[in-house]
Amino acid sequence: MSKQAPIAITRRAALRSALRGTLGGAAISVGVPFLDLFLDDHGEALAATGAPLPRRFGTWFWGCGMNPPRWNPTVEGRDFALPPELAPIAPVRQHMSVLSGFNVLLGGETNFVHRTGVIGTLCGGAPPSKNDNRGPTLDVLISDEIGGATRFRSLEMAATGVATDSYSGRSEDAKNPSETTPLALYTRVFTNGFADPNAAEFTPDPRTLLRKSVLSAIEEDRKRLEGRLGTHDRARLDEYFTSVRQLERQLELQLSAPPPLEACVVPEAPHAGPVSRDVAHVRENHDAMARVLALALACDQTRVFNMVFSEGASRLHLPGSSDNHHTLTHEEAVDEALGYQVEATKFVMHSMEAWATFVAALEAVPEGAGTLLDNCAVLAHSETSDANSHSVTGLPLMIAGRAGGRLRTGLHVFGAGDPTTRAGLTLQQVMGLRTSRWGLDANATDRPIEALLA
Amino acid sequence: MSGAIAVPFRAPVIAVSIAAMLTLAAACGGGAVDDATGGPVAMRRLTESQYRAAIADVFGPEIDVVGRFEPDNRREGLVAVGAAWVSVTPSGFEQYENTALAIASQVVALDARDRFLPCAPRDPSTADPDCAEAILRAIAPRLLRRAPVESDLAARLDVANRAATEHADFYVGVEVLVSGLLVSPEFLFRVELAEPDPGRPDRLRLTDETVASRMSYLLWNAGPDEALLEAVASGAMSSADGLSAELDRMLASPRLEAGVRAFFEDLFRFDAFSSLGKDPIRYPKFSSEVAADAREQTLRVVVDHLVDRRADYRDLFTTPRSFLTRRLGAVYAVPVAPESGWAATTFDVGDPRRGLLAHASFNMLNAHPGRSSATLRGVFLREALLCQTVPPAPADVDFGLFNEDDNPAYKTARDRLGVHSSNATCRNCHALSDPIGLGLEVFDGIGGVRASENGAPIDTSGELDGRPFADTLELGEAFSESPLVGACLVENLYRYAVGREIVNAERRQMRRLEREFEDADHRLHALLRAIVLSPGFRTAAPTPRDDRAPASVASSNRAGREAV
Repeated sequence: MSKQAPIAITRRAALRSALRGTLGGAAISVGVPFLDLFLDDHGEALAATGAPLPRRFGTWFWGCGMNPPRWNPTVEGRDFALPPELAPIAPVRQHMSVLSGFNVLLGGETNFVHRTGVIGTLCGGAPPSKNDNRGPTLDVLISDEIGGATRFRSLEMAATGVATDSYSGRSEDAKNPSETTPLALYTRVFTNGFADPNAAEFTPDPRTLLRKSVLSAIEEDRKRLEGRLGTHDRARLDEYFTSVRQLERQLELQLSAPPPLEACVVPEAPHAGPVSRDVAHVRENHDAMARVLALALACDQTRVFNMVFSEGASRLHLPGSSDNHHTLTHEEAVDEALGYQVEATKFVMHSMEAWATFVAALEAVPEGAGTLLDNCAVLAHSETSDANSHSVTGLPLMIAGRAGGRLRTGLHVFGAGDPTTRAGLTLQQVMGLRTSRWGLDANATDRPIEALLA
Repeated sequence: MSGAIAVPFRAPVIAVSIAAMLTLAAACGGGAVDDATGGPVAMRRLTESQYRAAIADVFGPEIDVVGRFEPDNRREGLVAVGAAWVSVTPSGFEQYENTALAIASQVVALDARDRFLPCAPRDPSTADPDCAEAILRAIAPRLLRRAPVESDLAARLDVANRAATEHADFYVGVEVLVSGLLVSPEFLFRVELAEPDPGRPDRLRLTDETVASRMSYLLWNAGPDEALLEAVASGAMSSADGLSAELDRMLASPRLEAGVRAFFEDLFRFDAFSSLGKDPIRYPKFSSEVAADAREQTLRVVVDHLVDRRADYRDLFTTPRSFLTRRLGAVYAVPVAPESGWAATTFDVGDPRRGLLAHASFNMLNAHPGRSSATLRGVFLREALLCQTVPPAPADVDFGLFNEDDNPAYKTARDRLGVHSSNATCRNCHALSDPIGLGLEVFDGIGGVRASENGAPIDTSGELDGRPFADTLELGEAFSESPLVGACLVENLYRYAVGREIVNAERRQMRRLEREFEDADHRLHALLRAIVLSPGFRTAAPTPRDDRAPASVASSNRAGREAV
């Protein structure tokens, strides 16, 4: 950073200050000079390396769904009016598609309340028990394909401040814990082991090789242990070694200079705000993490991410209330004049506002000829539609970003009772996986959502 | 160690993996092995407190263990059981490595190395294989909970000596040794091993190292100390007398307190304190400090009662003795003299704050952010203290029935829950949870004492499995008299000790343990002793293995415990 070519310093400084403005919290719009010298003639790839701009995948989860009559658009296609509970997405609606009418098909399994809906969408079918999944989550499938090139295979975040609020995992026994504050996220990504891709000089940390040698010595333990373990424990040991290899890969990347990335701006350390389930705290925490995440993506530190805004059976809370979001959905009376639960619905609106903020944070980072969001696909989802009845039919789904030009946005697609796995299959395909069929039992499908494919 | 195999943890006999069958057949000469008493052994991930204890034991309490730990996973009510299921995720391993590096650099810090290490190199600017080996031989057995394996030592020393040479610094090599041990799977997981019993070749017994480790984690929540490792190495642990002597030594140690605390923190689900929040407007007295005090109060009372005074477990439910801070005093509406620290308190006859169930810890954990919950409290007491299962609400229940909750005519929780109980679908389960939970309604959502709700007096009468109680105090008496209470502690402590569900072959042994606990007037020391000496604790089932999704096993295990 210290010995940059003068022009780069000037422009990067402009970019940095523009983004700092956003990081500071106020929504400001500043045109950032776009540097042709970094891109090829189409503005799609980095001229320096010839590599295409990376594509990223993420999930964004909120708990306790919505009120179907107030959330589901009624007209398919592009010209749909936003129903009241989707009103908050208006500023970013052109960057996402709304999916209604998709179900998790139980196929004889129990509806484990507040769990079956989320696992059904992420793992491709209803879970067999309250403790187990039948396979990795969608983000893990995708990170297996695209996560190896970056320092972090994926980054998980929980705006609730609870590390266990995470749905990402190779299995329920290897669930990726969430970062719980923007500072922790920042520290993990931008401090130890971070090399600024745009720095003029690169000096590898002499201890990196040492750490690698420690890790490679662990392989000896594997030989000694493996033959003594049963199937389940061997699988757990495999998960452990997958994690060791991931760190080895991370260290490997730290030995050589990263290719320059125009979009990468190193943020300043965010300040620590209060962490609780008070919805105001959750939103601040969420927005600050979204801003750090956007730059982590722009700096290509990860290509896969998962944000939990609120957990299934959301315990978000408004000051002065005796109840939380979840208990309100079950116990609050439906307002006779309005036809919905007034207090519980406030949390739906907060969730949609937060989602719009999240999408805007990705859009705020210029990348290539467009924005970071153009090179992302982010699935927003919940575990229920109507939370009062724990319904897993007509689950609310949204997909933001164009996945590097592979996804169409601005649409409303009605699923007519098809399984949510169609969304998962579509996302795997646009992220470059050669999956032609995905899902368990009745949820298995070989039909991506054609309308979304560009 | 040769011939030792770990029998995988998964309960009923369903399938047997070929590899393990071959190993076993070779080890046992192919003999029939179908009547061992114990269950499968476990591979348990260290909990955060166990990790911290290991570092404090081996290097000293002044070492800072910083970093975030992988979250625990509670299974069948216990983190100790979930520990045999969880693995290590990429971000979890990243953290383990960070923590290991930070510990290693403290160990070799210039002003500290002489305290932490058994030798100093002849020349600190290069490798010193002898000193490196001395260091490794001193710390490896403590961290890995076993005698060193020569080939393993050689591999570790090789990496360390090369690092010292390359970096021209002996202590870089030591950092490599220490951090290498701290990220090793054998440190991060407690790997249990079984071997054929020479006296009964058709049976598997745990290796002495595994028995020592199980015993040490049960009693101290920490790995074996040097004396225990020595008892293993000398063969003393193989004899009944040797085992008994070590057991008595450990039971008499002040370190028993840490073990007892760890068990009750797990049983009482106190990990939930880390994410407990309350509505600041409704409960201005709530803070993370008062929550920490409430947790500590319960653990102090438990330790005072069970460890220090060796009193009857059942009397915990009626004990007048307690400990309070000034902050807690504000919640309980009791004056506390000392401005800081703890004051021993004895509650008067007739005071509803007597007994364990009155503790703010349970009453704040099992409640909503802005109100109490008779249902959550009832479910917790049934599951954790009586070992009964309360089924979850059906997914498709029409909650619209209960919108009367907002009706101002219903002033108390009893009024509102009465509406729930008028419905047949709900009544069966709520009849299990609510009556005992309503007995605690004199405690609000943070455990504060109150006599009325919305101006209406609170009725705390009810019945526990046919035994009527007039108020909160009598609810505590009903618990202390319940035959389920002692049996449930036996079951939970046993599951905690072995890290798994109880298998069918252990049913008779469990009845024996219950009788022994009763005969010892429900003294915890006697129960701990009986568990360590029980055959199930020290033997293993011969490779029952389930290659299917583990879930189906977990749910079938449950069946045996459904007492209601």
